Amino acid sequence: MIQIPNINISIIYPEIIIFITAVIILLVEIFSNGKKWYAQSIIALIGIIVSGYAVSNQWNSFASGFSEVLVADNFALMFKLIFLLGALLTVFLSIWYFRREEIQQGEYFFLILSSVIGMMILSSANELITAFLGLEVMSLPLYVLAGFDKKKLLSNEAALKYFIMGAFASGFLVYGITFIYGATGTTNFDKISMVISSRSFGIDPLLLLGFILILIGFSFKTAFVPFHSWVPDVYTGAPTPVTAFFSIGPKAAGFAILFRLIIKAFAPIGGSIIPILWILAVLTMTVGNLIALTQRNIKRMLAYSSIAHAGYLLISLVVGNGRGASAALFYLIAYTVMTVGAFGIVILLGEKGEKDLSINGYSGLAYRYPAAAVVMSLFMFSLAGIPPTAGFIGKFYIFSSAISKGFIWLAVIGIVNSVISVYYYLRVVVVMFMKPEIQAGRVVCFPVSLMVAIILAAIGVLQIGMFPQGWFEAVRYSLIGLF
Amino acid sequence: MHGPLWLILAFPLLGFLINGIFGNKFNRVTVSLVACGAVGISFVWSAVLFFRLIALPPESRIYVEKLFDWISAGKFNAAFSFYLDPLSALMILMVSGVGFLIHIYSHGYMGHDESYARYFSFLNLFTFSMLLLVLGANLLVLFVGWEGVGLCSYLLIGFWFTKKSASNAGKKAFIVNRIGDYGFLLGLFLIFVTFGTLNIAQITEQAPRLLASGGILVTIMTLLLFVGATGKSAQIPLYIWLPDAMEGPTPVSALIHAATMVTAGVYMMARMSALYMLAPLTMGIVAAIGALTAIFAATIALTQFDIKRVLAYSTISQLGYMFLACGVGAFGAGIFHLMTHAFFKALLFMGAGSVMHALSNEQDMRYMGGLKKKIPITFWTMLIATLAISGVPGFSGFFSKDEILWESFASPQGNILLWIIGVITAGLTALYMFRLIFMTFYGESRVKSHIEKHIHESPSVMTIPLIALAVLSVIGGYVGIPHLLDGSDRIGRFLEPSFAHFSESAIEGHHSAGTEWLFMIISVIIALTGIYIAYKMYIAKPELPVAFAKKFKGVYTVLYNKYYVDEFYGYTVVKPFIKLSRIMYNIFDRVIIDGSVNLIAYITEWTGEVLKWFQTGYVRHYIVTFMFGVVIILGYFIFR
Repeated sequence: MIQIPNINISIIYPEIIIFITAVIILLVEIFSNGKKWYAQSIIALIGIIVSGYAVSNQWNSFASGFSEVLVADNFALMFKLIFLLGALLTVFLSIWYFRREEIQQGEYFFLILSSVIGMMILSSANELITAFLGLEVMSLPLYVLAGFDKKKLLSNEAALKYFIMGAFASGFLVYGITFIYGATGTTNFDKISMVISSRSFGIDPLLLLGFILILIGFSFKTAFVPFHSWVPDVYTGAPTPVTAFFSIGPKAAGFAILFRLIIKAFAPIGGSIIPILWILAVLTMTVGNLIALTQRNIKRMLAYSSIAHAGYLLISLVVGNGRGASAALFYLIAYTVMTVGAFGIVILLGEKGEKDLSINGYSGLAYRYPAAAVVMSLFMFSLAGIPPTAGFIGKFYIFSSAISKGFIWLAVIGIVNSVISVYYYLRVVVVMFMKPEIQAGRVVCFPVSLMVAIILAAIGVLQIGMFPQGWFEAVRYSLIGLF
Repeated sequence: MHGPLWLILAFPLLGFLINGIFGNKFNRVTVSLVACGAVGISFVWSAVLFFRLIALPPESRIYVEKLFDWISAGKFNAAFSFYLDPLSALMILMVSGVGFLIHIYSHGYMGHDESYARYFSFLNLFTFSMLLLVLGANLLVLFVGWEGVGLCSYLLIGFWFTKKSASNAGKKAFIVNRIGDYGFLLGLFLIFVTFGTLNIAQITEQAPRLLASGGILVTIMTLLLFVGATGKSAQIPLYIWLPDAMEGPTPVSALIHAATMVTAGVYMMARMSALYMLAPLTMGIVAAIGALTAIFAATIALTQFDIKRVLAYSTISQLGYMFLACGVGAFGAGIFHLMTHAFFKALLFMGAGSVMHALSNEQDMRYMGGLKKKIPITFWTMLIATLAISGVPGFSGFFSKDEILWESFASPQGNILLWIIGVITAGLTALYMFRLIFMTFYGESRVKSHIEKHIHESPSVMTIPLIALAVLSVIGGYVGIPHLLDGSDRIGRFLEPSFAHFSESAIEGHHSAGTEWLFMIISVIIALTGIYIAYKMYIAKPELPVAFAKKFKGVYTVLYNKYYVDEFYGYTVVKPFIKLSRIMYNIFDRVIIDGSVNLIAYITEWTGEVLKWFQTGYVRHYIVTFMFGVVIILGYFIFR
């Protein structure tokens, strides 16, 4: 008798919607002439919103499908919403930027959306091969996106470096998966967990090796030190909206799968890697912040700062319990809006070609464009973790989760690090408000789409920062069934 | 009683925001309309609430309105709530009423000032803060108002901040007040630790149960609060800021430094009467400080020539009376005097402002004289106020001051010494006030000749508030006619539920009506004597004061230089403190703190620079770092 696998196609409706949207955009690119950039962007936005609606419809359904390979628990759904939010804001960031740089090709939206599909699979994955598949579906478009500004040398360099390093890291991941399969005879998370806990004698070294290699593979995407070295070059070289997308989407996706691995598949041996995660967290925060301190280029500074933020998030991974996971989710939401906002301002103030992205270029900005300067300061304050912004609550949540589980020193190091970060974030504010104008002729136009992204981000930063209660509830609900 | 109470506060706050943000774009009339309108509406609403409260039976005259939970942290809970009882009802009526008149007056007085909108926005903010102070249902809300009025006082004293003396006076007021606030805050902490709440009604209710009467805890608590009160209400030893505060615009002196803000200390003590009644020792200190301040400031006022400074010292002296009243447990009398004082002292200040207005801002009484005919409305209204403050029978000050004097003797906490000081001060008050009147309005004109021709009565926008306050200065006292004069002391009975009282057993026997008559007559005679001496010295024989000054040169110099208190503080407190600060700055701050901070910053940045070298841009190096990480992690698990 042939067993019919349990398909349950409805759980991938959101992914299907995104896929159809992406295909439509490609078709428009092929079969229509003339101005189609705006049409494509609007299609992308609609697709993202509809997909978001589909995701929210699955809330509390806890479905699984494709032979338990994919799950749609609230945790995955919350992450999917974060990806979609990131994608939505990225589209808004992109519309004007790509016109300014004259590289408005519809494939762009296709690539963004494809990458989002990968992320969504990654967050739903309940099985190692599927996770690997999700990772690659996410990553391949990212390599292309990094080099999207193909006439620019830096962009090409970024793509190539990212690709080489990415392939290298994927090798570790697959290698790790083979060990796990060898050790347990399965790749399904639930079964791995069962097999491990059914063994009474110690930890199988093969299993541990596999687990570590998998962690390393994903650590590349989330850019933990010392697997981070690609970040500054790629972030600087990629088109700015792509950089924003890099620092929110793939990072969140990496955390989604890392959490699932640590609290589900490898929960029985999770304790043994805490020292490693602890050290990685400290390294990632500290190195990211220290190098960010010395940067003069805003994009590069934000790249290092994103490494540091991955370090803060790592703290929640060390904590590893429900409180840590909810703190991470909250932080990722906050991080998404504030990062998009900061990159939005960078896009707004850059001129064609983005030849000068030095922080000093913002000197005296507050005199000419006070509103832009104030909003940029808001994002900087939030990134630095100063109340009443989202960044503050996020950090507070993470540090308090660390303290509640006894990781006092980790919290202390995190706080010291956020003090260090204040220096380079506030330098932007200082330059804008307290230095004389140097680029006297600087003229900025305020395109609608970009303003939508920035204003949404600003509202988000303040709303999350001042009324976090609803968000607390949301992230707490997304952990149902996981612990 | 159906609120909402917050409406009273909302309008001045709104006025502050509107004028503060858009004021510079408005013309002056709009600014005035917004500011005066805000306080006017606030006054009307206060009056409505006041009469609604009166209509209720006395035992249900309490209305609490909670706006929102302000702070809720662990055991600490503070709601942003307001409390209307007879005491606060009277206060809001007075604050908004007198405030309204002074706002109108300001429209004329400040008419030519450049920063017109700034002035009115601050004035509105002050009104808001003061109303918050009196309406606050817990001590934290009260404290917000308390600090708010302090801030506005600072801003308005230093309103003409380009003048060095004005900005210095502002700073002095703020710093001295901070000293008082420090005590006040400690008092709040102690109250919170003891009661677990800062809600005034709860404290009042629990105080007799939780605190032993006369116990050390309640004594310290009340003393700390009293320190705050001496700062805000300019009592010894923290009164020194008030005379300097006269650098502010005159309507500000009238509103903040005479009628309202400086009475906050008295109000606060009356509000916390339940605690004070448990601390007889504190009460004794309060009464003594009050009496001492009263006579001390009155003697200084005798020798000053600056018309506003005379009034400033007079204010300090009158506040001393109010503290005396609180100190002997006669909170009702204190608040009654607070009210009448608000009327006549605001009037005196505004009258002084009107005189200055006529004389191109001349403040020195040696360059005045003979103004009676030239500015008649100012003269008559000021005369009424002077009669009131001197305690001439029939005027408001008589009733309130007499009640205080009587209580200072008759209350269980009172004694004859307090009464004697009070009565002498009453005489001095009459003396220096009529000295002011005579020097300003009578005799030969000593006005500088180039000003002489321009002397004119103030416009009606200024005189009408004067007249209104003059009327109040006369009739304001009739709400509190004592039983002795066949009155029913309506204000006393009205305020009664707001205060704690002596137990029946503490009141030993009743003094006979005859004694009361005697005391009253003596105080009236002494006041009249004061007036007579002033007449003798400044009208009949103008050479007398000079002769006196020569004869009692030592005393005169000490008084003229205000007992050298400022100098004393300068040498004993300010100078050593500055010296200490310098040392701290040069050694501790510059070398140790800055040095270590800079060192850490340097090391941090240097580490960053070093780490940056790893970022070569070559993929092969990146792979090496990557592999390094892998090897270390695997090594950890192999060798652990």
